[in-house]
Amino acid sequence: MVGVAIITLGALGLIFGGVLAYAAQKFAVEIDPKVQMVQEYLPGANCGACGYAGCAQFAEEAVAGTAPITGCTPGGSAVAGKIAELLGIAAPAAEARKVAQLVCLGDCAVAKEKFTYHGVKDCKAALMFGGGPGACSYGCVGQGTCVQSCPVDAITMSDKGLPIIDKDACISCEKCVAACPRQVIDMVNVNANYYVRCKSQDKGKQVREVCALGCIGCGICVKKCPVDAIKMDGNVAVIDGNICNNCGICAEACPRKTIT
Amino acid sequence: MSNIITIFFGAVFINNFVLSRFLGICPFLGVSKKVETSIGMGMAVTFVMGMASMVTWLLEYYVLVPNSLEYLRTIVFILVIASLVQFVELVIRKVSPTLYQALGIFLPLITTNCAVLGVAILNIQIGYNLFESIVFGVAAAVGFTLALVIMAGIRENLELVSIPEHFRGVSLALIIAGILSIAFMGFQRMM
Repeated sequence: MVGVAIITLGALGLIFGGVLAYAAQKFAVEIDPKVQMVQEYLPGANCGACGYAGCAQFAEEAVAGTAPITGCTPGGSAVAGKIAELLGIAAPAAEARKVAQLVCLGDCAVAKEKFTYHGVKDCKAALMFGGGPGACSYGCVGQGTCVQSCPVDAITMSDKGLPIIDKDACISCEKCVAACPRQVIDMVNVNANYYVRCKSQDKGKQVREVCALGCIGCGICVKKCPVDAIKMDGNVAVIDGNICNNCGICAEACPRKTIT
Repeated sequence: MSNIITIFFGAVFINNFVLSRFLGICPFLGVSKKVETSIGMGMAVTFVMGMASMVTWLLEYYVLVPNSLEYLRTIVFILVIASLVQFVELVIRKVSPTLYQALGIFLPLITTNCAVLGVAILNIQIGYNLFESIVFGVAAAVGFTLALVIMAGIRENLELVSIPEHFRGVSLALIIAGILSIAFMGFQRMM
């Protein structure tokens, strides 16, 4: 009995397979072998950071010349170099890899809450309840929308309610940057060690009231920086990653320990 | 003859596969953004369903029943459908690359479209003969196409109006699908 079943199913599979193999030859579509090769160079995560529907489409557009060969951020300069070599274009200058960085230190021990939120685990949903549970209207909501947006699971939630981004796993696709309703995730140079981890534009007094680590806009770091890499953007200091030499004087000088 | 007409209109309107039996919802929501694409999808599904009805019927009564292998029905039917879908994919890719791009992932997903397997199994359960099976298969696909095109037409027009933020996208699509389903219930008293 089992034999009949196996033979029948096997025979059917063989027949259909044969027909398909014949049809595949009959209806074969010629693909540019370059597209195939570019596709092999790409990371294949189909993350969409390049702005195309997936790695396959990006490969096609890159070969056709309609997409910039540097478009693949996860692949970085290594992939761009390979594609350039294949297509016979000059390789673009290597740029430092950028990774996502959380620009808020307001975990549940540091930032005050207006109320405790027990709704859907989503930052946008949480923000609909009276502007969100956090007392600071610039800080991380902590419901993990970025965690869900990450295609490579590089983001996890700490037990204190802040996302932790694994710099090594990050593929620079910027999905979390787009997903964050509070815009507290920035793309930063992977080698930058110091960053002002606050986005609050509130006045110093208000910041003190809601958060133990928020930037109060005192400007001490701006004065202390030996290479003038720090500027005030309204009430918050911002370090320019292109100028910063990672000396760490600002981190020591910061009275609020916002720079880490 | 009247029997055939009853089967045809029954499957298109009264027991519409999408709106009354709730089969094939995935492409119904996925490929119903443009009328043009939905017609292409409808044609692909019509071909697959018509062919599948015929091939599965022949296999059921000339291979499975004589060998008393009815328990293999589901797996054999899925094999047939998967092969047909692969075939359609090859042909569409060659004949119309634009349609191939527009259908995207939903083309291979016809394989898992429960409407196709549904029609093949219903043919056997109801006990249709070969011709009735093919008519039922094609009619079910026509009903599917009809639902898809109506949906696409509505969604194309919705692009032109301003919709409250929380209704945009899938949520409104599902509400429309529900209203369409209610509208199609009106056909149930027809025959």
